[in-house]
Amino acid sequence: MATNDVSPQDPVTNPGKNWMIDPKTGELRVLAPGQTFRSVTEKIARIVLTSQTPLGWLFGFVMAGGLIAMLLTAVAWLFLKGTGIWAITMPVAWGFAIVNFVWWIGIGHAGTLISAILLLFKQGWRNSINRFAEAMTLFAVVCAGMFPIIHTGRPWLAIYWLFPYPNTMNVWPQFRSPLMWDVFAVSTYATISVVFWYIGLIPDLGTMRDQAKSKFAKYIYGQMSLGWRGSARHWMRYESASLLLAGLATPLVLSVHTVISFDFAVAVLPGWHTTIFPPYFVAGAIYSGFAMVLTLAIPIRKFYGLEDIITMRHLDNMAKVMLATGSIVAYGYGMEVVMAWYSASRWEYFMFWNRMFGPMGWAYWVLIACNIVTPLTTLWSRKLRQNIAYLFAISLIVNTGMWFERFVIVVTSLYRDFLPSSWGTYRATRWDYMTYVGTLGLFTFLFFLFIRLLPMIPMSEIRMMLPQAKVKHEAELQTEAGD
Amino acid sequence: MPMREGIYGLIAEFDTPTELVQAAKAAYASGYRRMDCYTPYPLEEAAEAIGFDEPTEKGVARICLLGGLIGGCAMFSLESWVSIWAYPLNIAGRPLFSWPAFIVPAYEWTILFAGLSAAYGMLALNRLPAPYHPVFNAPNFRDGATTDKFFLCLEAADPKFSVSESRAFLESFRPVSVVEVDH
Repeated sequence: MATNDVSPQDPVTNPGKNWMIDPKTGELRVLAPGQTFRSVTEKIARIVLTSQTPLGWLFGFVMAGGLIAMLLTAVAWLFLKGTGIWAITMPVAWGFAIVNFVWWIGIGHAGTLISAILLLFKQGWRNSINRFAEAMTLFAVVCAGMFPIIHTGRPWLAIYWLFPYPNTMNVWPQFRSPLMWDVFAVSTYATISVVFWYIGLIPDLGTMRDQAKSKFAKYIYGQMSLGWRGSARHWMRYESASLLLAGLATPLVLSVHTVISFDFAVAVLPGWHTTIFPPYFVAGAIYSGFAMVLTLAIPIRKFYGLEDIITMRHLDNMAKVMLATGSIVAYGYGMEVVMAWYSASRWEYFMFWNRMFGPMGWAYWVLIACNIVTPLTTLWSRKLRQNIAYLFAISLIVNTGMWFERFVIVVTSLYRDFLPSSWGTYRATRWDYMTYVGTLGLFTFLFFLFIRLLPMIPMSEIRMMLPQAKVKHEAELQTEAGD
Repeated sequence: MPMREGIYGLIAEFDTPTELVQAAKAAYASGYRRMDCYTPYPLEEAAEAIGFDEPTEKGVARICLLGGLIGGCAMFSLESWVSIWAYPLNIAGRPLFSWPAFIVPAYEWTILFAGLSAAYGMLALNRLPAPYHPVFNAPNFRDGATTDKFFLCLEAADPKFSVSESRAFLESFRPVSVVEVDH
């Protein structure tokens, strides 16, 4: 580990700028020292239980509400007029809706990675960011799920070909289609994410019930906590349910983006028909998701003064995960180009030439600049990984880049197909933009509600990480008594 | 509901997990069985001390496995039934029973049902939701058990329980307090 240049200092005798460094390991601490069970509990619970709503919160909430109004307008007009108000037409029949769907659901994947995969790998640092990363997952899935649903134009007429149920027409869905698999993958993902998140919340809701002062809050949190009382037997079953859910969510999250990549990869179309898609979609999803966690975590820890709990160690680790997944994505881009050349297929070859140097080639270079060049050359530097402003900028750049990745995959594979007479172009309409920006508002709105109404950091898991949480064994007790 | 006679039990409050586990171990060793620890975070040692061992009990895991099997089989059977009998479609000449394509939704439903069973199974085995429980009657319980205190409750239903002896027993571990818990 690159820890040589750090000089360990004792935080008590020398509380300099290195007090966040653990003298034993020379690494950044996961939590700031000197916290008690009660101090972390009160710090996290107070954000919710205070009657003083911060003005900054109110401002953001109202702004996001305005964007929701825009979303509602765009969707209402869509329902009145049909999908013709979007830019989709032949040859680009899949446009913004699919781009945004894949982008949003990819963002959600980091939340599940943090809550499930890092739990199985016993990565204790995940505890601080796990709850709100998972909330991010839920809200991203809400935004993602909206797109295919409104893309049907009349969603209330679309149920019978989305879900198998005995309808009056006696028509059943076609299970050989990846679009059908998508319905099951995404709906399972949404359900399991809600359940996992809620199960994780139960003990904390118990704490909220006991910390709340107002009768109304006590009642609501009391009902939501299901009467949690922290019994040792309950905790053990709770822990095994959490582990099982984590073990189930891990293959689930990998399958969801794999199935989404099948939407493309199963089609026999140059630019889509490739076996690299599943792993590269999953890595890209986690890449953009961690970028979004950073986009959210950096302002929140500053605004609510949570630097002791969401520390530099978290930001640094997240930047490292981005570096790793970004490299996989870079490999995916490279492999696509190599395969286009190696396939010796004229159509593959032309598609790639067109993707890079055709009329929409700029989008490809934006994506290379945002996803590969900027982050993957700079995140190796520890100094930059621990520079908060830089990380925030990088997180926005990667999110932009990942949006362009999906745009490039969807649009540049479609707009110049096999027959030059059918070539076209794609120019998004104002309704496309309004819907997209509207979902950003919806996401922000839900997230603001979440940080105001629920504890955004899992208190019981933070307590578990404090040094005093460990049971001392008899040998240790005797040494202490001898001192 | 008929009024129950007597008290629910005696609850001792401790400041540290170590003291709680010592007291719980001693109580188990001296023959108490109907008891429980209440902690603000999962404390494996406390469960072991009162003789509860989830890995050997495996209740949640069994329910989860059963749910997963049911979900996977249900979806695979539905897909086969729809594709072969209810609504046969010729998709590019593929066989009606094109099972590899059916695996994906069956896989998703395995996870869906297993996950829901794990969550609901855990709640059911824990007898939750339970908005009322006698331990909430202890005046110091509400502020501590979900924040920073550790409780050991010896229940009156235990044959070895007697108010005076059990109280003396608990007090020998120097707890912060020992309180009688009403029903």
